[in-house]
Amino acid sequence: MSTSVSSPSASAALQGKDDRVKTRSVTSRLLSRPEIGSLIGAVAVFVLFCVVAPTFRTAPSLATVAYSASTIGIMAVAVALLMIGGEFDLSAGVVVTTSALAASTFAFQLRLNLWVGIVVALLLALAVGAFNGWLLMRTGLPSFLITLGTFFMLQGLNLGVTKLLTGGVSSDSVADMDGFSAAQAVFASTVQVGGVGVKITVFWWILFVAIATWTLLRTRVGNWIFAAGGDAAAARAVGVPVRRTKIGLFMAVGFCGWFVGMHQLFSFDSIQSGGGVGQEFIYIIAAVVGGCLLTGGYGSAIGSAIGALIFGMTSLGIVYAGWDANWFKLFLGVMLLLATIVNLVVKNQASKR
Amino acid sequence: MSAATAGAAPTSEILRLTDVGKSYGNVHALRGVSLSVRQGEITCVLGDNGAGKSTLIKVIAGLHQHTEGQLVVNGEEVRFTSPRDSLERGIATVYQDLALVPLMSIWRNFFLGAELSTGWGPFKRLDVRTMVRTTDEELTKMGISVPDLERPVGALSGGQRQCIAIARAIHFGAKVLILDEPTAALGVKQSGVVLKYVAKARDAGLGVIFITHNPHHAYLVGNHFVILNRGNVSLDRSRQEITLEELTNEMAGGAELAALSHELSTAVPAPDTTGR
Repeated sequence: MSTSVSSPSASAALQGKDDRVKTRSVTSRLLSRPEIGSLIGAVAVFVLFCVVAPTFRTAPSLATVAYSASTIGIMAVAVALLMIGGEFDLSAGVVVTTSALAASTFAFQLRLNLWVGIVVALLLALAVGAFNGWLLMRTGLPSFLITLGTFFMLQGLNLGVTKLLTGGVSSDSVADMDGFSAAQAVFASTVQVGGVGVKITVFWWILFVAIATWTLLRTRVGNWIFAAGGDAAAARAVGVPVRRTKIGLFMAVGFCGWFVGMHQLFSFDSIQSGGGVGQEFIYIIAAVVGGCLLTGGYGSAIGSAIGALIFGMTSLGIVYAGWDANWFKLFLGVMLLLATIVNLVVKNQASKR
Repeated sequence: MSAATAGAAPTSEILRLTDVGKSYGNVHALRGVSLSVRQGEITCVLGDNGAGKSTLIKVIAGLHQHTEGQLVVNGEEVRFTSPRDSLERGIATVYQDLALVPLMSIWRNFFLGAELSTGWGPFKRLDVRTMVRTTDEELTKMGISVPDLERPVGALSGGQRQCIAIARAIHFGAKVLILDEPTAALGVKQSGVVLKYVAKARDAGLGVIFITHNPHHAYLVGNHFVILNRGNVSLDRSRQEITLEELTNEMAGGAELAALSHELSTAVPAPDTTGR
């Protein structure tokens, strides 16, 4: 990262440098980056499918892979930040559905412009995140339990409220309402890049990952996120606002959930109220494969993007290769185990000299 | 390394506790503790496990609020509600086990909670260059040599971590430095290094509260000695009024130790110097 670090060698020589400590080489520093394991994995998966599935190599398929990765990745980047901050959010999957339902139902029932619904959904998603974070900091219970609670609450609300208002399991179509085309352009349009249609979520994803990486590595808030996850008590003792940081992270998950929810709503025009269940684990897997430690304090936003990319490549690559899609789950499990073991080794290395 | 500065000049009092007490429900962890900390002096707080040392630190550091008595900083009565309050008054605490975040790099830890920023608006960013340079300078000043400031703190030895935490507190203009058993988990040589920094902090004009259960370490640097026992102050003497032998004896519980020594007369009696 910074090259100015070489300066202490001169002063250290004066002090009588500890000759048992070797200066780390560039390779070993590179290998200690959180995302390096997943990058190697991603290259391996890419090469594999390029070899076994000829259609995988074409530009349109790669655009589809990127799209598939982006819908996972937008959530995974927020989930990764939260995990670096030391917490989980099991409600991350259903909050997507909740915000999509809220936007469409609110605007539909009150006959308002869809953008009003979109703003209401955003406030709701942020409120869910704030509630998770506030309750966590208030009670000190594990975030696993608290968000498991919100997970079921939201799932029940999604189904119950939709049934109550529409009598069915999916929301009413919003395709002919005011603001639909504008919202579709923002959340679910296709951009032509060199003759290949690329979904706009891919660009949003890249933007979000860039913002998250910048925040993590180059802002005070980023430092606080690492500290809150690495050792909350130590962070609090030196004056880091741990409570605000963690609540903010939960709200970031809410924001990304809202974004993906809007994408889903405007890709089609209605939403299945039972959707999103199980997705939270996919996001967590993407973050963990990307180098986040389950215990917090370590990981990267780019890693989560690579994790999502591995996910996208595999889920579609298996189809392009003509294999039985059921193998995908097995692959997912293997990937997760491998990533966790790599993380364990990394953490042990980090705590050693 | 004698505490020659003791009584050399009338130093001003920075921190005073008067009859401070803290109870958790119906448990009195601390009762009627009075203590004063002066600039350029080291006040040693000694006590066995469960004597109330940790509670005392937590009250001064703002992690807990006292339930009785007064806490006066620079002549003003205060009641801290968060560690931030305490820090803003110039009270820095270096904890034995939670001083630094192990997985974060040295320079990030050094500036944690007080990061330097540069730029404007959305481009406001960490001033990494200045922070790395300052960390390097401060550590060199303290005589700590670390080859790579990007290295995670977890990779350093316990003594180095304590020294970095002390250097950090001094750099950020602490007026009172609370050290929670800085030598407890360290070997003889590393303890010596840490004690040297404690003395340096004192010479830099800080008021130091040195929490320990090792009377030998305390006597090497201390100006004033307070022994806590079951939440009460059982001894409060200045350096001139007590010898190391008396301190050790008091610390070990005086009469209790004599009884124990009699009981263990067949074995070799050794005062407990390990554990918390």
